[in-house]
Amino acid sequence: MRFGIVVFPGSNCDEDAFHAVRDEFGQDAEYLWHKDADLKGADVLILPGGFAHGDYLRTGAMARFSPIMAPVRAFAERGGPVLGICNGFQILLEAGLLPGAMLRNKGLKYRCEHVHLRVEQTDTPFTSAARAGQILKIPIGHGEGNYFAPPEMLQMIEANRQVILRYTDAAGRVDEAWNPNGSVNAIAALCNEARNVVGMMPHPERACEALLGGVDGRVIFDSIVGTFRSAESLALQPSFAGNERSASLSGERSR
Amino acid sequence: MRARVFVTLKPSVFDPQGRTIADALHSLGYQNVADVRQGKYFELDLATTDRAQAETLAAEVADRVLANPVIESYRIEVDGS
Repeated sequence: MRFGIVVFPGSNCDEDAFHAVRDEFGQDAEYLWHKDADLKGADVLILPGGFAHGDYLRTGAMARFSPIMAPVRAFAERGGPVLGICNGFQILLEAGLLPGAMLRNKGLKYRCEHVHLRVEQTDTPFTSAARAGQILKIPIGHGEGNYFAPPEMLQMIEANRQVILRYTDAAGRVDEAWNPNGSVNAIAALCNEARNVVGMMPHPERACEALLGGVDGRVIFDSIVGTFRSAESLALQPSFAGNERSASLSGERSR
Repeated sequence: MRARVFVTLKPSVFDPQGRTIADALHSLGYQNVADVRQGKYFELDLATTDRAQAETLAAEVADRVLANPVIESYRIEVDGS
């Protein structure tokens, strides 16, 4: 399967994501520049971490207007799997592809450390290989990961089971002492209602090799590779894949 | 015309920067500063002399870009010519 990795000016985890999917998982990977109008036949999209457009104004606020976001939106609306990691998550929020917004970390500090995460939902293309309740140890690195949603929106998100990962202690208990940024309901990852768009603050691409201190991030990539493989073996080639013509047309229209 | 746009976090949204500034002021002895909310201020230089047009334009820009409606609200002042 082919991963499309979107590169904005200021992205800095694009090469890590590229390395993980190609060298660790043996998949095709292609960089997609933020000014590109098509997705080069990608089957899955990753919006990587970094500081897109310098994160001026608000994190992800400028990236949302990059030309590539029109075909990204069309791909997501066709059911294509999209994973936003860290800054990519912030961009998906600003673009309205996921609900809510990010605030400065509660302690105002940039937090760069391993955290424990509890898998809440496994019926998304990025968590299907995980077990519900499984504890993952994956690093974070962000200054604005304090997830916020107003009460009615939060209630909806919880009712729809859109919270995918929560910050916990090593035993999987939610505890404010182990919430690194003050996120409401200890939310670390979230999906949309259709469950194909996922945003997460932790960096799974930094946790795919023992050399880097852990391999718990592998389950995220195992999930999407497995999801795609089982769709293929059932001859249910997802219809969102490789539909470049409609992607670039919708890109044209919105300009 | 010139428009001034003030973007602030909604009252229901916790402002960690404002809280830190308030704590710092308290430690400096300013006990009478009960709380601080930090925001953003923009000056827009608009190529129009029509006040209504200026207000509409500033509001559109604030809605689309300057403020995130999930967490922020804004106020606009227009003056000059």
